[in-house]
Amino acid sequence: MLSFLLRRLVVALGVAVAVSALSFALIFLTGDPAIAIAGSGGSADDAEAIRLAYGFNRPIVVQYADWIGSALTGDFGQSIYFNIPVSEIIGNRIPVTLTLGMLAFATALAIALPLGVAAAMRPNGFIDRFALVLAVSGQAVPSFWLGLMAIVVFGVWYGLVPISGTDTWQGYILPVLVLAYSAIPELMRITRSGMIEVLNTDYIRSAQAKGLPTGRVILVHALRNAVLPLISLSAVQLGILLSGSIVIESVFAVNGLGRLAWESLLRSDLPVVQAIILILSLFYVVLTTAADLLNAWLDPRLRGGAA
Amino acid sequence: MTLTTTTMARLLGASALALSLAAGAAHAGKADDTLNVAFAAEPEPLDSYKIAGRQGLILARHIYDGLLYKDLNTGEFLPALAESYEYVEPLVMEFKLREGVKFHNGADFTADDVVTTFDMVTDPEYGTRYAIYVDWIDSVEKIDDHTVRINMSKPFAGALEMLADALPIYPHEFFAENGSEGITRTPIGTGPYKLVSQEPGVRYELEKFEDYYPEGPKAGASIGKIVVRTIPELNTQYAELMSGNLDWIWRIPPDQASRLESRVQVISAPIMRIAYVGFAPLALDAASPIAKQEVRQALIHAVNREAITKAFGGAGSEVLNTPCNPAQFGCAQDVTAYEYDPEKAKQMLADAGYADGFEMEMVFAAMPRPVAEAVAADLAKVGVTLILNEQQYAAGVGQWRAKELPAFFSNWGSYGIGDAAFILSNFFGGGADDLIQDPQLAEWLTTADTASDREVRAENYAMAVKEIVDQAYWMPMYNFNVNYGLSPDLSFTPYPDEFARWWEASWK
Repeated sequence: MLSFLLRRLVVALGVAVAVSALSFALIFLTGDPAIAIAGSGGSADDAEAIRLAYGFNRPIVVQYADWIGSALTGDFGQSIYFNIPVSEIIGNRIPVTLTLGMLAFATALAIALPLGVAAAMRPNGFIDRFALVLAVSGQAVPSFWLGLMAIVVFGVWYGLVPISGTDTWQGYILPVLVLAYSAIPELMRITRSGMIEVLNTDYIRSAQAKGLPTGRVILVHALRNAVLPLISLSAVQLGILLSGSIVIESVFAVNGLGRLAWESLLRSDLPVVQAIILILSLFYVVLTTAADLLNAWLDPRLRGGAA
Repeated sequence: MTLTTTTMARLLGASALALSLAAGAAHAGKADDTLNVAFAAEPEPLDSYKIAGRQGLILARHIYDGLLYKDLNTGEFLPALAESYEYVEPLVMEFKLREGVKFHNGADFTADDVVTTFDMVTDPEYGTRYAIYVDWIDSVEKIDDHTVRINMSKPFAGALEMLADALPIYPHEFFAENGSEGITRTPIGTGPYKLVSQEPGVRYELEKFEDYYPEGPKAGASIGKIVVRTIPELNTQYAELMSGNLDWIWRIPPDQASRLESRVQVISAPIMRIAYVGFAPLALDAASPIAKQEVRQALIHAVNREAITKAFGGAGSEVLNTPCNPAQFGCAQDVTAYEYDPEKAKQMLADAGYADGFEMEMVFAAMPRPVAEAVAADLAKVGVTLILNEQQYAAGVGQWRAKELPAFFSNWGSYGIGDAAFILSNFFGGGADDLIQDPQLAEWLTTADTASDREVRAENYAMAVKEIVDQAYWMPMYNFNVNYGLSPDLSFTPYPDEFARWWEASWK
């Protein structure tokens, strides 16, 4: 288990560094950041001054080395747009994103898991049909439309919840539900298919034959095996939810990481973009590594090599 | 948001809007004397010397004052922190400063504030965003506590424009100690509103400054509190406005403005920004068809700008004949008008040797695709095939400066300033954005930019404008509008410079 753990960690670290290096290079391919920062009112001289001020005239490899060196010591530099330390801006946004992402994930899981299990119990039964409708609509309905409709109905018509902003906890209700809705289908379908597969295996039939209570068979014997793919998927889904939904954050005026990343990209605020990419790739790396470890713990066969 | 998301959101949002018509409005703003404002874009840090976006600059102009203030109704420069000014020598301006003015932190306003502020922002280390703002200031001298002199480094006709609220004065002790980062964290000015709290880019709270000097150009503010939030999605802004949680939003697209009209107050105001297609005779080694004057003229004749303006411009937009906004000083209007005449265009193309038309790339940036497509469709009718290519402004203007583009479709806001210097000299004065490089044009413009006599300025700009139009270096399109959505309780007057003056707003 220990060598497995070490191998996973080395790979994880490599992925994080590769992502940040690649994104650094890609950003410079999208246009001259100095002209972008000077903006549509900037003259060529203004752009040149910015180029010198921020060192964009140096070779890109030097710029990257410079950045990663400081980043490793926790110094992400100053935001070009906000003129305050990047860590301060991100520090303000991360709690919002974590709250939104975690709550949405918990909600999605709380709905998808029982529904998936119930659907698998009786394929093509009433619950299964209902789950199918939910899954299809969850994937087909664009979340910004759903968000706007939720705003109109619950915010404007009935005035039950705030329309936008997260100044109060009530402000999280609509964005969490809408975000969760988009994550439910995949989680539910993988639970359902995993359960159906497991329920047809010999050992489940043996367990039922020897007279174990159905609840115990499902929860202990079947779910433990069916849950393996769900864990891997959950890591990815949670990663998506934590990296912030640009659309949901825009619609509900939630000031999280996703929209900050998008806005920063548009205004070429490279220090902010770089920091967010690094943090988000670390999120993913940590989550998928955790999922691998959890799966390996649940199923010793996955540990591979000399355990 | 991406363009596609915005467009789709708009289509689907239409149904959301239609549904919401049944909602009631609470009008919370008037009840607690708070003007609730939303911007779609995040305001930049509140240091006017370092920012370009209107959102941050609007907030800054409520918090800070400049030496002068321009009355847009009369075009006159009014006293603000300076009571009067005069040119004691051609390049030396002397200002008598107002006595008894207080900063929000209680400090008295004196000559030291002016000297320290200008000394610091003219230092290249400070990183003032646009050189044009301050590069004309050589040094600032304190004569006595309430008299200062600005020694100019060069003649600059825009000096008064700049001093009129674009260059705020910061309290010298605080600013010298804390610099730009300090002033953006704790903005302290002499303006009619003081900042109570801010979460940068997210939320700002301002309160009326009771000690604002009563003779000031921004005196008489009526609304007690202003809360500004960032709400990126326009549909969400509409919902908040209709629910009475917002009192002021702006930059509503024309099609949506008409839909909102039945529910809230919608007003429209023309602004300085104009749309144009720039032609670059020097691009592609001056070998493209665009290098020929008749071809450029033919292209303008071929485009039905009237119809395009009507379809995409908005209520106050008009077709332009000049490469500047008619509202700008120096933008002479007695110039050749190229009427829509596709037959004439075809004839002119044939005479120029392009009877079968030609193919040409046009990059468009910061312009909606449908407008670019409308231009392309009109040109296709006379045999000219436009290859449309949408880019971010930075990428597009980079190619333009590199002389890789025969045509570039974009817009220019002249920093919101009503003076032709801020558009003509950038594109035709011989700098990097000038792909004409006509020494005669550059000479007229330099004379106009630097003369202090307004008649001389007007005359030289007029000659330049006429020449640019005759040569058809640009196909001017139309001026932009801004649509505002307001609470039915709010009385608000918009200005063409896109600076909201909430100190003039009041409840009905």
